Amino acid sequence: MSNTDIEIVVDDPTAPEANSPAVTSNRVVDTVVSLALLALAITLGWDNWRTGAAWDATGPEPGYFPFYLSIILGGASLYGLFAAIFSRKEASETFVTQAQLRRVMAVFVPTVLFCLATQFLGLYVASFLLISGFMRFVGKIAAWKSLLTAFIFTAAMFVTFDIAFDVIMPKGPLEAALGY
Amino acid sequence: MEAFGLLLHGFAVLLTWKTLLLMMVGLVLGIFVGVLPGLGGPNGVAILLPLTFTMDPTSAIVMLSCIYWGALFGGAITSILFNIPGEAWSVATTFDGYPMAQQGRAAEALTAAFTSSFIGSLVAVLLITFLAPMISSFALKFGPPEFFAVYLLTFCSFVGLGREAKHKTVISMSLGLLLAGVGMDTVSGQLRMTFGSTELLRGINFLVAVIGLFGISEILLTMEERLALRGHAAGISLRVVLSVWRDLPKYWVTLVRSSFIGCWLGITPGGAIAASFMGYNLAKRFAKDQDSFGKGRIEGVFAPETAAHASGTSALLPMLALGIPGSGTAAILLGGLMVWGLNPGPLLFVEHKDFVWGLIASMYLGNVVGLVLVLTTVPIFASILRVPFAAVAPMIVVSCAIGAYAIQNAMFDIWLMLGFGVVGYVFKKIGIPLAPFTLALVLGNRAEDAFRLSMIGSGGDMKVFWSNGLVGSITTLAIILLFWPLIDKALSGATRRLRPAKA
Repeated sequence: MSNTDIEIVVDDPTAPEANSPAVTSNRVVDTVVSLALLALAITLGWDNWRTGAAWDATGPEPGYFPFYLSIILGGASLYGLFAAIFSRKEASETFVTQAQLRRVMAVFVPTVLFCLATQFLGLYVASFLLISGFMRFVGKIAAWKSLLTAFIFTAAMFVTFDIAFDVIMPKGPLEAALGY
Repeated sequence: MEAFGLLLHGFAVLLTWKTLLLMMVGLVLGIFVGVLPGLGGPNGVAILLPLTFTMDPTSAIVMLSCIYWGALFGGAITSILFNIPGEAWSVATTFDGYPMAQQGRAAEALTAAFTSSFIGSLVAVLLITFLAPMISSFALKFGPPEFFAVYLLTFCSFVGLGREAKHKTVISMSLGLLLAGVGMDTVSGQLRMTFGSTELLRGINFLVAVIGLFGISEILLTMEERLALRGHAAGISLRVVLSVWRDLPKYWVTLVRSSFIGCWLGITPGGAIAASFMGYNLAKRFAKDQDSFGKGRIEGVFAPETAAHASGTSALLPMLALGIPGSGTAAILLGGLMVWGLNPGPLLFVEHKDFVWGLIASMYLGNVVGLVLVLTTVPIFASILRVPFAAVAPMIVVSCAIGAYAIQNAMFDIWLMLGFGVVGYVFKKIGIPLAPFTLALVLGNRAEDAFRLSMIGSGGDMKVFWSNGLVGSITTLAIILLFWPLIDKALSGATRRLRPAKA
């Protein structure tokens, strides 16, 4: 036995319960995705046909290559559609349980809000709000720790990208008020 | 021995304090993303790519490839200490690595993992050093039909040899190729598939898609899991390192076999995952006492790690020599090269000698520095896992957004990234593989150009793909690989009928 052996234990208090009921099966999602891909293939195929998918004097027209790809995509999704409908295996597989979906939404919804905030408030303010809010309300971490971490991370990003490396990020009213 | 001289020159380019510092930074960041759950090689490289936009290409690629090495090393730490494979190719490492840690032999297992990673990569880098210049000078004779045939071969081998349902691989690939075509057509200047949107004029940027597909979707997937973990912390003492190294020669057969498998699978787009399992299984099959595998046998760590790293490294060979990445991460590195206006492929060896040999030299140096770095800093990295995921997740989201925006300074790209995040999440859950999509998206335009140029050259005659021995054999091989599952079934059916007594 090595004597440097220390256990590292990390708990996950908000973990999704294992026995949560399923929201939907893989078969349903696979069917919907196949239909969506089929629709996409038809739309893109039609657009390429309109652009010109034939041959002219100089060789293939711009739509030629993508047009045939749309046909391949359409064919594969059509096959996938039937494969999904008749698949017993996928019907028994859970796509996501309610508890899992709740957790996924707990990160997805804040991410969408973050993108919206970036558009109007600038990336740095949005990132401060996202990190502090997420740590505080989803992670249940103490408020001062959340605010401090968010501030340090955002400041570090600002210094690294905007000042040191000249990679300019979207900015909002706060940066304007500070003169950046 | 021209290669050797150029390589020495490459070392000379690299041996400055600035480059060495960048290497360390890259390695540390790489190990960091390798250890963190929800991040990995491709995501790490994609997210950190914007950091390198303002550097000169050599420094940038050195840093990026060091991130890649770091991520390869990092995956082993979590699989041995916590039984959590940070990467899919580390799964086989957990079979024997974690039992070793439970028996209090964590330090030994980690040393074995890092050392064998080092050996695997070294063999692959040696292969690159001597083979890449030869392949690329051969490929200089390629015309558009040959290139298209090689692209076709890559795509077909994904479909024929992949483990996923065939139609799902086809969907993933054709979708990638289609999205690569969105925007201005490079040959005619006409707009395609933009539907009047000015945002789509720029096309769908490969890196934006990758950041969404891998970064954002990985966060969503990680949240589904129970994130509690318990494991072992370990420091590595010099005594343990030396005792493991002293035993190394005993395992040379395993090491050589795994390196060979890794190099082979890395060059053909089979990937590191298959290599690590194959290395492990073969080591087990050839061992005298097979039952001791899975109970903490050091060979069970050597075999998969050597294979995984050999294949992860040799995946860069086709990327450098032909411009065709052998893995998802290599595809992203290729995307990075294109950002600096460097076109990977045979011409790179002629036009940017300094750059290529600098990169190859950095593979040698990065591995040595990486080995020393991980051996000394394992306890620090293991404790990263104590940081709650609720703090890590939003930081990763922010880094992804910065990465996506920085590429073209477009807010639209942040939304696009979010969309790809959802697509990646759903695709992963219903088994549509993402690697073919990534590859198709990065190669789409070149494949199309090669196809159109060969068509223009031949006046629209498909026979151009069989016009000489070289292009003909590549095209035929591609078609054989595409239908390989059917051919394989037919062949085994035929042999069964011929020898019914044996069954």
